[in-house]
Amino acid sequence: MMPDIVMKNISKSFGEKRVLDHFDAVLHSGTVNCLLGASGAGKTTIARILCGLETQDEGTVTGLEGLKLSAVFQEDRLCESLSAVTNVSFVANISREQAAEALLEVGLRTSALQSAGTLSGGQKRRVALVRAVVSDFDLLILDEPFKGLDDDTKNLVIDWVRDRIATKTVVLITHDEREAQRLGCSSVIRLS
Amino acid sequence: MASIIPDKRKRKKISWWSVVVWLAVWQVVAMAVGQNIILASPIEVARTLFALMKTGSFYASIWFSFVRIAAGFFLAVVVGIAFAAGSYRWSVFENLVEPLMRVIKSIPVASFIIMILVWISSRSLSIAISFLIVLPVVYSNVLEGFRQTDFRLLEMAKLFRVKPARAVRYIYVPQVMPYFKSACTVGLGLAWKSGIAAEVIGMPLGSMGEQLYQSKIFLDTPSLLAWTVAIVLVSYAFEKIVILLISIVQRKVVR
Repeated sequence: MMPDIVMKNISKSFGEKRVLDHFDAVLHSGTVNCLLGASGAGKTTIARILCGLETQDEGTVTGLEGLKLSAVFQEDRLCESLSAVTNVSFVANISREQAAEALLEVGLRTSALQSAGTLSGGQKRRVALVRAVVSDFDLLILDEPFKGLDDDTKNLVIDWVRDRIATKTVVLITHDEREAQRLGCSSVIRLS
Repeated sequence: MASIIPDKRKRKKISWWSVVVWLAVWQVVAMAVGQNIILASPIEVARTLFALMKTGSFYASIWFSFVRIAAGFFLAVVVGIAFAAGSYRWSVFENLVEPLMRVIKSIPVASFIIMILVWISSRSLSIAISFLIVLPVVYSNVLEGFRQTDFRLLEMAKLFRVKPARAVRYIYVPQVMPYFKSACTVGLGLAWKSGIAAEVIGMPLGSMGEQLYQSKIFLDTPSLLAWTVAIVLVSYAFEKIVILLISIVQRKVVR
């Protein structure tokens, strides 16, 4: 069992702007942890610090050592010239058939073979989600993962994700409490 | 030889009627001049070209020049890509290579030709010249392509622990390819121009450049223009084949 991730006294500024000011949080292992907060509260900065893409100015993060990470970024970050299937298979290191099957489960059938650049915003978001969820990971960070999805698709996708993340450590960043509840969030951290 | 930024607009195709118009203008001017030595008509040039095509030496000359210019071009592509990758990866390497590229870009082709003629045989001259002329074009464009690679995709690859070979294949290749194609299109034209110029000065026996020079010596303008047309056609065909090959490789590598 992996240990909890402890963020202690984290501060981060970008130029003059202080985004995080002595932020503390414990992200419980094996559960869905939700970071709730309005825009500009520093949610994405926390996600980037957890991903190792940003370094905090002050404070410590423990429990991340040796973890395999996976993430849905705020942007989709897909290779636009590649098909949806290739985007998933090359990153997640799975076969094209497995990738196609996973995409089908979130409602992407024919579009799975289209290049990502030709997909709609909602379709791209689902490709990014599938890529993150089918990858091998210890910690999954989801930064506004369901944005751009209509209600029916959102429910379908949330249920699909929930079924695949049992016993995994997940950090969900959102401003929609209903998403957090439906995903089975057990711990909520509110940012002001 | 500045860096070429790929134009996303579709390249305008040449219309057949504009070719006919310019050929007609050429024919009218040639008829007005009335002297083959000063300006041969397109009909006369075509007649000379067909006559040349019936000789074995015509194809031997094309093969002689083609093999050498193509070798210089492909060598420049390989070295240019390797240098660009090295410069992208290590700034020390870039600091080392950059002055060399700037010097190669600034030195006139004629100076290169004369200098290299001192060192190597005229038979290999067009390899060296086309290599030197194409190298900075490929280097600067491919390096620019590397630099324009979306850093967000690179962050994504790092987070997901994507193996370097896969990152090259699926992230770098699609991003660099438009820059590489532009470099090849420009580089191929330059390779032929500089390679033939080198042959005209170095006069290796049996080359297209030597045939051009002979035409000049004998004031055989129809032959001079016929050889020029042949060079343009071979160069154009070579460019089309190379771009087609690149597209095929791209499709195979990145699906």
